Amino acid sequence: MGNFVFDLIGKNIVAALVICIIPLVFILPYALIAILGELKIGAWMQDRVGPMRTGWKGVLQPVAEVVKLLQKEDITPTIANKPLFNLAPFIVFIGAFAAFAVLPFSEKFIPSGINLGLFFVFAVGSFAVIGIVMGGWASNNKYSLLGAMRSVAQIISYELPAGMVFLSIATIAGTLDMQTIILNQSGPIWNWYIFGGPQGGAIKFLFIPFFVILFIVYLISSLAETNRTPFDIPEGESEIVAGYHTEYSGMKFAMFFMAEYANMYVVSAIIVILFLGGWSSPFGTSFMDGPIWGIFWMVGKAFFFVFVQIWLRWTLPRLRVDQLMYLGWKVLLPLSIACFMAIAFLAMIN
Amino acid sequence: MLTDFGIILIFFIVGVLFVAAGLFVSSLIRPSHPNKIKNSTYECGEEPIGSPWIKFNIRYYVVALMFLLFEVEIVFLFPWTVVFKQLGWYAFSSMAVFMVILVFGLAYVWGKGDLEWDKPKPYIPKLEDFVDMKD
Repeated sequence: MGNFVFDLIGKNIVAALVICIIPLVFILPYALIAILGELKIGAWMQDRVGPMRTGWKGVLQPVAEVVKLLQKEDITPTIANKPLFNLAPFIVFIGAFAAFAVLPFSEKFIPSGINLGLFFVFAVGSFAVIGIVMGGWASNNKYSLLGAMRSVAQIISYELPAGMVFLSIATIAGTLDMQTIILNQSGPIWNWYIFGGPQGGAIKFLFIPFFVILFIVYLISSLAETNRTPFDIPEGESEIVAGYHTEYSGMKFAMFFMAEYANMYVVSAIIVILFLGGWSSPFGTSFMDGPIWGIFWMVGKAFFFVFVQIWLRWTLPRLRVDQLMYLGWKVLLPLSIACFMAIAFLAMIN
Repeated sequence: MLTDFGIILIFFIVGVLFVAAGLFVSSLIRPSHPNKIKNSTYECGEEPIGSPWIKFNIRYYVVALMFLLFEVEIVFLFPWTVVFKQLGWYAFSSMAVFMVILVFGLAYVWGKGDLEWDKPKPYIPKLEDFVDMKD
């Protein structure tokens, strides 16, 4: 355990800065890859070729888009509330970026090893919606306001099931520390929480159905938290133009966009940490395991769930707002409360 | 001595600096030719009528109150989850009672129909309203 940057440089302010820069250096190429993946997977699923002109088979398309957004004129509506309008991209991006502080990449690298990791993710996970409401209201545009209000409706409905999932995992792991949660799942593949966790014997099979339900609940809630299809009603480009970022242009729009992609990685990484063993190898501790392979497994598993999110975007239609509230309050919340109480009871008799 | 929470503070600062740097670099190379039409509110080409800053029915007021209750409950549960196995059945049963009360609350709100989306229920006038049919 520990942090390899501290081992190399020593525990000082330079090391802390390096630790904070590493996730940023990760987000930039990751966002480019995810944008290209979005374009190319969407093209493939709709039987198109997608972007083909920039670079070999269009692989430079995301780079071209970033360069384009950098040169775009920044338009602020005359009647907008300028301080809040300019502040919103900061809040949205920081909300996504701060969550990286507790996401481990390997057993030797977690930016901040606080023992409250799960709680911190839960706290900053709803941070971005403040920026969204701020930007939506300050734009002084009817579409933006509707998008912002829908975003709030979404976060208050899906925050609770996600919180119950976090609590269930904390109950069985007995800790809120990300690295300890992953360490509990190390070993062979059936030690992962989705396969019932590390405990042996018949009680393991009692745990499995509850964990599978919680896994599905979190997968659905995470789509809602990142405003991805089928829960992209705050953006809903076919009904309210672009929702809360209708009036944003240029680099400010790019910050909203990058925050969305960063959030996609954050929720995917949380799924992997909570249910699929984080950086631990599926072959047990003897094969393809260690700090370097840990990065491969962690990022690889998380990228798979980023792919699932892109896949769902091109597969499912958008929900209506009342359907969204129905699913959140009448299906996911009772299911997650029942699973949480069942898991607490099983953990008690175990 | 730099604690783990100090690193999180630096995370927030680095995030602010990154966004500020992006906007600054963009401001050096982007054009800036604002005019009255360009800076008007976007409403699909129409002239905007009225302001969106009005009293606005968000339609989920009761749901938002429910959210607050459950959110506070989750905050109470976080410390409990870490220690309940050491505290034994007493801690477990007290939290179970607490949960059951909350679940009853959810069932009550559900039964009252406050979780339904507040759809407008327009009254469609019938012929009988206008014509006396007794004759």
